[in-house]
Amino acid sequence: MITGTPKPIEEIMEMVEPYDNIILAGCHGCVTVCRVGGEKEVQVLASTLRLAREAGGRTIKIREVSLERQCDPEYVEQMRPYVGDYQAVLSIACGAGIQFLAEKFTTTPLLPGINTGFLGVTERQGEWSERCQGCGDCVLHLTGGICPVTRCAKSLFHGPCGGSVQGICEVDKSVKCGWQLIIDRLKALNQMENYTKFKPFKGWSTARDGGPRRIIREDMI
Amino acid sequence: MVVGCLEGDCHYVSGNIRAKARVKRVYGILDRIKIGPDRIRMYNLSAGEGSKFAAYANEFVEKVRELGPSPINLVRAGQARAVSQKEAT
Repeated sequence: MITGTPKPIEEIMEMVEPYDNIILAGCHGCVTVCRVGGEKEVQVLASTLRLAREAGGRTIKIREVSLERQCDPEYVEQMRPYVGDYQAVLSIACGAGIQFLAEKFTTTPLLPGINTGFLGVTERQGEWSERCQGCGDCVLHLTGGICPVTRCAKSLFHGPCGGSVQGICEVDKSVKCGWQLIIDRLKALNQMENYTKFKPFKGWSTARDGGPRRIIREDMI
Repeated sequence: MVVGCLEGDCHYVSGNIRAKARVKRVYGILDRIKIGPDRIRMYNLSAGEGSKFAAYANEFVEKVRELGPSPINLVRAGQARAVSQKEAT
């Protein structure tokens, strides 16, 4: 899922300061699962903003909305009949959702209520960690299902660096060395021969380095 | 006032511990929006501790009295006064 963290309330208050009449839009997708932008978070943030505003001597009208997904046009369009009645939209979806709203509703300012994080998994309730950087050229079949791009702090492709000590990465004692994990896993799978199968250079043009990416599936159009 | 089971003695195993974390978050929210963290408090006690519950309730009521009206109520009261003065004139 795409993860995120709430922006500090002070930052959100500053963003909404010019407005008295806004939509607060959540999303039932990833941000609901990571408890940062779903229906419940919309309710909590809307109440917080109303209380904070009122404590400061002003009121704010907030329409609470939770779309099925803010990254799909059919759901975003559900807001069109009323979006023009409001001065701004504060979205607590991921950056993709917020931008999609901005693209669709060109005359309404869009404000981000969360900081979008990474593609990750739920380790346990309340804890998420990164697994994928969307490099566009997956090698998990060679690395025991552990991503060197994401799990190695340096995104190395040819084994651990000198900063790997007893399976721990030098950047943080709580971070396991991605390459130690890969080698341990390859040994367990009896697939150490994969360690020598790497291409000499990874092409990063399929990653962010190639600019904003697009997928066109002719069979789906 | 939020009341949970004694820690380690919850039917929902960790429900009261999670509630404690949620309440702590609300402390933070109320503090940051200048309403103050003292208007919410969590107590832990068992279902058989009726007198303790009463004591905690009284304690919290005293605390709320001591704090006085919330900033929001003060603003609302001020606005109501302004409206009634305007209507009187």
